Amino acid sequence: MSEHTITTNDMADPAARTALVATLDATPGASKPDPILVVDKIVRQFGGMTAVDVGHLEVQRGIITALIGPNGAGKTTFFNLITGFDKPTSAKQGAHWSFDGRKLDKTSASSVAQAGMVRTFQLTKALSRMTVIENMMLGAQNQAGENLFKSMFHGVWRAQEREIEAKADELLDRFKLLEKKHDYAGSLSGGQRKLLEMARALMSDPKMIMLDEPMAGVNPALTQSLLGHIQTLRDEGMTVLFVEHDMHVVRHISDWVAVMAEGRLVAEGAADTVMSNPAVIDAYLGAHHDTDLGDDALLSDDALEEIEAEVAAEEAERQAEEQAEGLR
Amino acid sequence: MDTIQGILNGMMRETLSPQTAAVAIAVIGLNIHLGFTGLLNFGQAGFMLLGAYGMAISVWHGLPFAVGILFGLGAALIFALVLGVPTLKLRGDYLAIVTISAAEILRYVGRSSLLSDFTGAAQGIPGSQYRTPFTSLSLFGSGSFTLWPFNYLDVAGGAAWVRILGWIVLVALVVGLVYVLRGKAGLAGGAKVGAAVVLGVLAVLLVFFLFPVPNQSTGVNGWWVRFVAWTLVALCTFLVFLLVRSPWGRLLRGVREDEDAIRSLGKNVFSIKMQALIIGGLFGAIGGMIYVLPASTQPDSMGRSLTFFCYTALLIGGAATIFGPVLGSLIFFGCRIGIKYTASAYIPDSVMNAQQTEQFSYIVVGVALMLIVIFRPQGILGNKRELRFDV
Repeated sequence: MSEHTITTNDMADPAARTALVATLDATPGASKPDPILVVDKIVRQFGGMTAVDVGHLEVQRGIITALIGPNGAGKTTFFNLITGFDKPTSAKQGAHWSFDGRKLDKTSASSVAQAGMVRTFQLTKALSRMTVIENMMLGAQNQAGENLFKSMFHGVWRAQEREIEAKADELLDRFKLLEKKHDYAGSLSGGQRKLLEMARALMSDPKMIMLDEPMAGVNPALTQSLLGHIQTLRDEGMTVLFVEHDMHVVRHISDWVAVMAEGRLVAEGAADTVMSNPAVIDAYLGAHHDTDLGDDALLSDDALEEIEAEVAAEEAERQAEEQAEGLR
Repeated sequence: MDTIQGILNGMMRETLSPQTAAVAIAVIGLNIHLGFTGLLNFGQAGFMLLGAYGMAISVWHGLPFAVGILFGLGAALIFALVLGVPTLKLRGDYLAIVTISAAEILRYVGRSSLLSDFTGAAQGIPGSQYRTPFTSLSLFGSGSFTLWPFNYLDVAGGAAWVRILGWIVLVALVVGLVYVLRGKAGLAGGAKVGAAVVLGVLAVLLVFFLFPVPNQSTGVNGWWVRFVAWTLVALCTFLVFLLVRSPWGRLLRGVREDEDAIRSLGKNVFSIKMQALIIGGLFGAIGGMIYVLPASTQPDSMGRSLTFFCYTALLIGGAATIFGPVLGSLIFFGCRIGIKYTASAYIPDSVMNAQQTEQFSYIVVGVALMLIVIFRPQGILGNKRELRFDV
């Protein structure tokens, strides 16, 4: 990385982070002292199914925030929505989100990235038939040579090209990919592709990096180094938001955790306490996780009625909640 | 012996013909679409037809030649915009559907008798109506000449052994060239380039020595139009070389590999695809203008089949390579004529008559295309390594 991007961040100090996190309110949608990303009323429906319905979410600048939730909770859809790869159903009904003070309601995926919010993908998108260095150099912003008319004149972009390559070399070295520089990206292993994708995203000097399941399919040894890289990014002043299934990973590196279930934001909190939140346990394990399904007593009519009543009550509660929201 | 010489001479004439050059330029454009950007354009003949019409109609109606060329290019540009705006945001298949139908619509509109005053309907516009301003630009004067005046007839009266020796040497030169270019000769850097250039020049001179091509200097299908056509092929190839080695070219290949990844890196994918579609279409229009100069502007000569000839030539030469389109066009047209002449020379008329040899040659080309796609899918000049990671 070049000099100017290594800004020492006060969030690099673990004590400062703990102190900050302790002051944050652990309720879903709580406001943060210095939010980099603010999301309001994002709803995405696929036909009758509501995949994402997030009322309010703020992401604190300079720390690692994890977005967790069981399968089908809408985490990736939420990612797609705020990075411009998908449009919210609530587009004209109050959906707002802003990044670093800039409104992003109607912008395309490319302008979201230009604003400084760069993402990676759950299924890695390495450009297979291009070399690793070509992959990297595509990440750099504002290249004169990418203009059709300037591209024909080597002299116009030669100097910039050299700078970009030097920067790419540094990043590749940091991610231990330098010896693969001239190999096709398609020949890399799955984990190396994850690394390449992350390094490529960093080529654009983002303010915030959004990682969609960075550890999926990566072997344990590489996981350690990936985690190290993510923490280094935070220590250099970048904000990290990542989606992850693996609870150990989440607990290990994230400072703050937001939990989604069935499209809603159900809980927020510090990494070590949020897992004991009853809403999170319900979301992951189900409300009846401590009931023995092999118990014959459950098969009696009384027990069934009891469960049905419970379900109806929950449903009524949710409807009342929705009505209340609608009235607001 | 003379029959073989006749067939080879015919192949030589066909490969040098301006129409081969015209298709080569169109294939260079198609290579930008398909090879570098991954756009499935099945309407390259439509771009050619527009370029041809733009030039021919303007000159026919008394406008200057240069204005005619601008009209041709402008028509192709507008065509690219019209096709691209609705389809480039969608998946690639839609562009394929829209381009093939739009090209057919253009052809049918051109055939319409309502437009006889402009397009000459199905008969087309005779070349004599628009060729004069071009031929009057000729630097070659009148008369006729043979490209390389020193040929095999000057050595031992053109005896068979001279020709056979020449052919053997030619094959050896080409094999040597391939050997050098593949880096198996142990040469590197300047030595490699030098050796390749020397071998290449020798091979070309030997070709002209063995197959003299006498022609008119300026006339309908003379050296002037050939010279302009092949100069344009060289210029277009050089332009594509400049474009694809730049960061812009890298962006094109990035879009070909994965649009969403490029989008996530903050690049405007729609604009890049549109630029590629326009540039390739303009090459197509230039090809179309060259295509009609020695012939007439007839809509049916630029229909679907021409698009597929372009695809065949591109796949033979190798997509996403610089020289692939040119080599592919030379081989496609040369071999087709070779097959046709061979068939008519050696297969008795009772088995296959003259008209059937024409069809037979296309059948063989089709089979050859299939074999190439199966056994050498990257084409002659393509990079085998890239195919290993086909997605």
